[in-house]
Amino acid sequence: MTDLVERDVAAVTPSPASSPGPSSAPKSRLRSEAFARRLRARHAAERRFRLAGAAAVALAALMLVLLLGSIVAKGASAFLETRIRLEVTLDPAEVAERNYAVPLRRALYAQFPQVTDRAGRRVLNDLLSSGAPYELEAMVAKNPALAGTTQTVWVRADDQIDQLVKGAYRRDLPESGRGISDAKVAAADALLASGALAQGFNTTLFTAGDSREPEQAGIGGAIAGSLLTLLVTMALSVPTGIAAAVYLEEFAPKNRWTDLIEVNINNLAAVPSIIFGLLGLAVFLGFFGMPRSAPLVGGLVMALMTLPVIIIASRVALKAVPPSIREAALGIGASPLQTVLHHVLPLALPGILTGTIIGMARALGETAPLLMIGMVAFVVDIPHGLTDSATVLPVQIYMWADSPERAFTERTSAAILVLLGILILLNGAAVILRKIFERRW
Amino acid sequence: MTTRTHVFAATAALSVALGLAAPAWAQSRDQIRVVGSSTVFPFTTAVAESFGKSGRFKTPVVESTGTGGGLKLFCAGVGPAHPDIADASRRIKKSEIDQCAANGVTTMTELKIGYDGIALASSRKAAPVSLSTVVLWKALAKEVPVNGALVANPYRLWSDIDPALPRAAIEVLGPPPTSGTRDTFNELAMLEGCKKVAEVARAVPDETARERACMTIREDGAYVEAGENDNLIVQKLSANPNAFGVFGYSYLDQNRDTLQAARMDGVELTAETVAAGKYELARPLYVYVKNAHAGVIPGIREFIGEYTSERAMGDDGYLVDKGLIPEPKALRDVARVEAVNLTPLQF
Repeated sequence: MTDLVERDVAAVTPSPASSPGPSSAPKSRLRSEAFARRLRARHAAERRFRLAGAAAVALAALMLVLLLGSIVAKGASAFLETRIRLEVTLDPAEVAERNYAVPLRRALYAQFPQVTDRAGRRVLNDLLSSGAPYELEAMVAKNPALAGTTQTVWVRADDQIDQLVKGAYRRDLPESGRGISDAKVAAADALLASGALAQGFNTTLFTAGDSREPEQAGIGGAIAGSLLTLLVTMALSVPTGIAAAVYLEEFAPKNRWTDLIEVNINNLAAVPSIIFGLLGLAVFLGFFGMPRSAPLVGGLVMALMTLPVIIIASRVALKAVPPSIREAALGIGASPLQTVLHHVLPLALPGILTGTIIGMARALGETAPLLMIGMVAFVVDIPHGLTDSATVLPVQIYMWADSPERAFTERTSAAILVLLGILILLNGAAVILRKIFERRW
Repeated sequence: MTTRTHVFAATAALSVALGLAAPAWAQSRDQIRVVGSSTVFPFTTAVAESFGKSGRFKTPVVESTGTGGGLKLFCAGVGPAHPDIADASRRIKKSEIDQCAANGVTTMTELKIGYDGIALASSRKAAPVSLSTVVLWKALAKEVPVNGALVANPYRLWSDIDPALPRAAIEVLGPPPTSGTRDTFNELAMLEGCKKVAEVARAVPDETARERACMTIREDGAYVEAGENDNLIVQKLSANPNAFGVFGYSYLDQNRDTLQAARMDGVELTAETVAAGKYELARPLYVYVKNAHAGVIPGIREFIGEYTSERAMGDDGYLVDKGLIPEPKALRDVARVEAVNLTPLQF
């Protein structure tokens, strides 16, 4: 502000020789009406500009709050799951033939002695998740001594019951328009009243693979797939990207070829990601015959996609290292390789890391290229190797968002929250790393 | 220069390594791969999951690529690199059979898994209405006959078409042309409705041109392409009680508390009316199995067995919970025997 005033004063002062600075300027000139008007106009313009800036920030913040607010409001309930308490008697004969549905049903019927007809019992069967027998089976597999005993177990409830407890169904509507039958509501209410129906932390969401039954679906498989994919991406794109950047920045002669390469790298950074998917389909699946839906192929495609980003960020970081460092190193007899490895690269590392992490974050959130190579798929088994069929977190979100069961709506939002959390961690790490290693000259 | 040579050498070595490693991947696969229709996707995935839980085989991987894209992948060849099963929300076309045969896929088994009804649904806040294919066609066609000639669709309100219908602007949210649901809607609603309007036949004598005119949907905002995400249409309908949405039966079934389906020619959309063939906007769903892969990829016969079992496809099966409308029991039993024996499709 002050230098604005000074310039204005200089402009209204006729002779530069007599210009004495703002404080001792001739008062008549500074108090002239024209000057005051101009000053007021400039101050007003300044205020308007600041106001516009603040409004832009406020608008952006509002959008973010709306987005996050709606996701959190929809997704928070997905972190809880509803379980049913049952006194299960494990008959050794049934255990031997792996028939776990029968003991569960027996225990459930015992809680409703008044229900004896088939239709009524079918309603009761529907209270339990279709995965409940497998839960019981896993429990017995872990501890075979349970056979022949009576145990109190908490098994997953069906997704409709889960949604009912969370208040997603409107009870005031008639049965035909509600989506859940009166009998089920009554049975669930009875269980709730006796304390046999309770909510707990939803571990399934984090440990299980995908499922068509919302209560058994989790993002465990998708997270494993994302990790495997990112592993391949990182192993390939980080060394290649940094090596390319160091060569182009420190060693390559400046000629038409390197110009051409530079233009192409900048171009590649702006290519839509689906193009990389098509490339992966043609080259990795078509030519090399790699398996569909494999994190290996996904990682290769993502590596191609993030490579330009990493090269550009690394080159900028290398460029920011002052030439005096190189000159000093060369001056005391270091070879060009030693100069780069011992001095330039360590100083450029924070910038390179930031670029790499941002590139990885982008790869983590990408779905389009994976569509072409078959990673947008229903995969139940959690992948353990690079060639196992897998999917990734954003794809899982996309597929859940498209599922008709309403319990998937909240799980979609919960998965988005997890993805956002990971992205915040990654970007936060980028900021912290930069803060720790940053050097200023 | 030496650095550059190194780079080239490294790249060359990498490609060679990948090239050598490639055949190892292509040789075997122990997991069934399914591709195809997004409408059949919820059913096939449910079967795949249940099949995987039985513990004898790995859970099949199911991709939702759309019917056309799925059949293209399915027909690309025989061998572990190509999918074993294709889902389709319409019957396979002659051109696709030819494509298959050209790539060595000569025998396949067709399995009709049941039906999907297309709902014209609106918010429960609106009064229930009864539509017909003729009304739908008149409401959505790009050109309709007025005084014997085809002119740009003049209807703005439903009551313009039939005074008994509500005085509300025509607004239908539906799938884009890439969707199988749209194909079926075009054929079952638009074409059928158009055929019932005699003036069209007089105005356009040529059959191919007439068919195209019948299936061209207006582009003046009355039909809104709402993308492939049916959940989005459900949300938009709740916000706008005057609008109708076009989507599959399973979505309607899951959202009965907010949505109601319009009756078609007085017939309500229920599983019973579809299975009995009374509801017009219903389509059969198919699964195609590559016979050459049975016995090579483990578990294909068993997977088909699971798909056609009563606990999946039956009247109380888990596919019915997912919104599938099963065929009558007698037809199911025939389909089951044919499918499990991999009786080749005769076209």
